[in-house]
Amino acid sequence: MSLKARVKVNRAGFALDIELNVDEGETVAVLGPNGAGKTTLLRALAGLIEIEGRVELAGEVLEDSARGLRVTTEQRHIGLVFQDHVLFPHLTVLDNVAFGLQAQGHRDAKQVAHRWLARAALDDRASSMPRELSGGQAQRVALLRTLATEPKLLLLDEPLSALDVTIRAEVRRELSRQLASFRGVRLLVTHDPVEAIALADRLVVLEQGRIVQSGTPGEVTARPRSRFVADLAGVNLLRGKSHGDHVRLANGASIAAPEAGEGNVFAVIHPRAVALFLTRPEGTPRNVWQGETENIDLHGERVRVRVSGPVPLVAEVTPSAVRELHLAVGAPVWVAVKATEVSVYPA
Amino acid sequence: MALAGLGLLFFLLPLAGLILRAPWDQAIAGITAPETATALELSLICSLAATALALVLGIPLALVLSRTTGNLRNVLRALTTLPMVLPPVVGGVALLLAFGRRGLVGSLLYQAFGIQIPFTTAAAVMAETFVAMPFLVIAVEAGLRSLDPRYEEAARALGAKGWMVFARVTLPLLRPAIFSGAVLCWARALGEFGATITFAGNFPGRTQTMPVAVYVALETRPDSAIVLSLILLAVSVAILVGMRDRWLGTL
Repeated sequence: MSLKARVKVNRAGFALDIELNVDEGETVAVLGPNGAGKTTLLRALAGLIEIEGRVELAGEVLEDSARGLRVTTEQRHIGLVFQDHVLFPHLTVLDNVAFGLQAQGHRDAKQVAHRWLARAALDDRASSMPRELSGGQAQRVALLRTLATEPKLLLLDEPLSALDVTIRAEVRRELSRQLASFRGVRLLVTHDPVEAIALADRLVVLEQGRIVQSGTPGEVTARPRSRFVADLAGVNLLRGKSHGDHVRLANGASIAAPEAGEGNVFAVIHPRAVALFLTRPEGTPRNVWQGETENIDLHGERVRVRVSGPVPLVAEVTPSAVRELHLAVGAPVWVAVKATEVSVYPA
Repeated sequence: MALAGLGLLFFLLPLAGLILRAPWDQAIAGITAPETATALELSLICSLAATALALVLGIPLALVLSRTTGNLRNVLRALTTLPMVLPPVVGGVALLLAFGRRGLVGSLLYQAFGIQIPFTTAAAVMAETFVAMPFLVIAVEAGLRSLDPRYEEAARALGAKGWMVFARVTLPLLRPAIFSGAVLCWARALGEFGATITFAGNFPGRTQTMPVAVYVALETRPDSAIVLSLILLAVSVAILVGMRDRWLGTL
């Protein structure tokens, strides 16, 4: 069982154009900033909006615009879990879970629904109304309501982001347990990297309607190919043209890097490899620039300092270093990066 | 403030007049008089039948309205709300021209089946429906537009087909809108006069509803007119009290 999708959506001011394959037993997270087209992709796969392209699930063609073929949402055997549960407010928890089974014409819908609730230790809430549930319980019931129909494709739209941080971990645990025992194709969209990395085997990064990167969470964060991924990995991402032992940026600045190769490249510098000085540093570092402190941010035990200049970078230093360097917004500062700390890979 | 007080007074004075000038000694007799009972009964039957008819026709109409967009929607909306702004007498004339014995549809009905609609109880129901249904359509359409479309999407994703989505999700979620629309519609139907007397006439026991009875009585037996008016007032106040949570709260 697998999903093969080629999805194109064109709307005023927005275009989605991607190719996505998800294998059985694999959880893929489509990760991207707000407005990247994640929800549009889910709605397209669910058959809620018309697309140009082709969607094939478990060998069955669900949509093929070239042949004018389109299976309706209710006949796709998909499961859709929304950001905020969307439980039917006028039905009890049990009736909500039984709804999909009844739609399939299941004779023992209520008994089966009750078993699902019991397995998730929610059977004591069977006769409650959705408004009487906590946010976490409601989202768990919504997940059960979808899983009970045994869909071939499970689509999760930011399933945790509407929840309080305190209960998110609990629901995430349940979600990953349910995902592990779910036999079907699993696709999650989210803008939250924690959610994506915790639940997915593979990340697909979507930006402005296109896939910019995909791979395991480790692969993606090790070699970011976009500002969004660099930010979530917490690293400096620069783009330029490589000339053997240095990379030239679009603004003309040059970064020394060993074995940079030739052609268009990304250069990644970890903030911890960026050193700050009051005066021009003596010694080995070959990358030295003067800049101005733009922004100072406390992150737990470390301080992130954004420095403008020919090569804008974020440096991570200790609070005592901030005091010693008299760092303040607008203050001049020298930046140094060892050439060996610059990691370069083809763009 | 002074103008507001004047405004309030403008509403209250006629009601006070009605209550103060009421021949209370005759009122009891008036209420129990057979002609009053007949008119009241007919009014209730006709207005309830009109509300039922409006529900059957109006909910699908509201569904269509809420799902169309652009110019077509504007045209449909204008057509359905026209009876709200049309003088009811004009509505009655229009109904006669459509369903009268020589009317567009009426002539066909008469030739084919020998059916005559005007001046029957059915005509009274039709007149009331014509005038009152827009109130229901508007309320239900507003309810549909404020409905989160994801409930229906969730139902479809769970495998529910069109009819099941409507019966088990859309309709129950619309219940408050349908209820308040139906009450507004019923209240309007109960008070309907112009279209009814034009299209259905004034036949006691058949088409003489309460408002028609009040008008007729005013010319010959003013005291009865006051008593009948008081009864209608009581019914209206009862509706208002019954609906106070919805009306005084939100409208």
